Amino acid sequence: MARAATTTDAFNAVAEPRRREILDALAGAELSVNDLVERLGVAQPVVSKHLRVLREVGLVRVREDGRQRIYALEPGPLRAVYDWVRGYERLWTERFELLDTVLEQLQADTGDDENEGEAP
Amino acid sequence: MNTQHTDQSGARRATVTTPADNQILITREFAAPRHLVYRASTEPALIRRWYHANRAEFRSIEVDLRVGGAWRYEMTAHNGFEFSFHGEYREIVPDEHVVSTEIYSGVPDAEAINSLTLTEKDGRTFMEILVTHQSKEYRDAHLASGMEDGMQDALDLLESLARSL
Repeated sequence: MARAATTTDAFNAVAEPRRREILDALAGAELSVNDLVERLGVAQPVVSKHLRVLREVGLVRVREDGRQRIYALEPGPLRAVYDWVRGYERLWTERFELLDTVLEQLQADTGDDENEGEAP
Repeated sequence: MNTQHTDQSGARRATVTTPADNQILITREFAAPRHLVYRASTEPALIRRWYHANRAEFRSIEVDLRVGGAWRYEMTAHNGFEFSFHGEYREIVPDEHVVSTEIYSGVPDAEAINSLTLTEKDGRTFMEILVTHQSKEYRDAHLASGMEDGMQDALDLLESLARSL
């Protein structure tokens, strides 16, 4: 399936299901690559590849702990995803509230033969 | 006849998710039977009363509800911005399902496909609108424009991504 080869922002990054799994795991705790390999049950190169993408868009940060590299969630870039979806939600919520009003009036108008769903 | 609608009416809020990187899924439950939700979604005089979301006025509306038939909504936002949506009906199953294309005047090259599905249970209707864009680039382009502008303009642009019936 067609997917952009380059990952430049949080939207691209979270479009990939495995990367969402990694973010979910990191939301609970800082983890090393090995921890993530264990939790996700995927090969280490795959995890590393996804972590690199997540790091490029700023969704995870990494620190050295002895020989290990420990990854942590950096949720800031997700804000853009949230704001975008929320804009839609607000628009549609308002539309649907108006639609509720229209439906109530339709039900009142056709009340004689449309009793279903209404209190007796 | 039942009286349980009060208990269930908490589930009225629309939910919006992005099931794929080029898709938007909008869902909502309505305390009305399905054929009425269908009417409100397809009859021009009824669409006029809710689709504007209190952000715009309809200038005109055309609905030729048959496969291959065209639809066009022309609106003016409260900030004076004029825009329109138009497309063609691809599939129609009365009271259940409408698939249509949608083109937003601001981005005339981008065509989205809107799939409306209505299911009814206990006199309540569950509405699902799946919007599929040609690419995630169109989605992201709209997003970028929307985020540079004010909320009002952003929502006008978001309308371009959204489509309805």
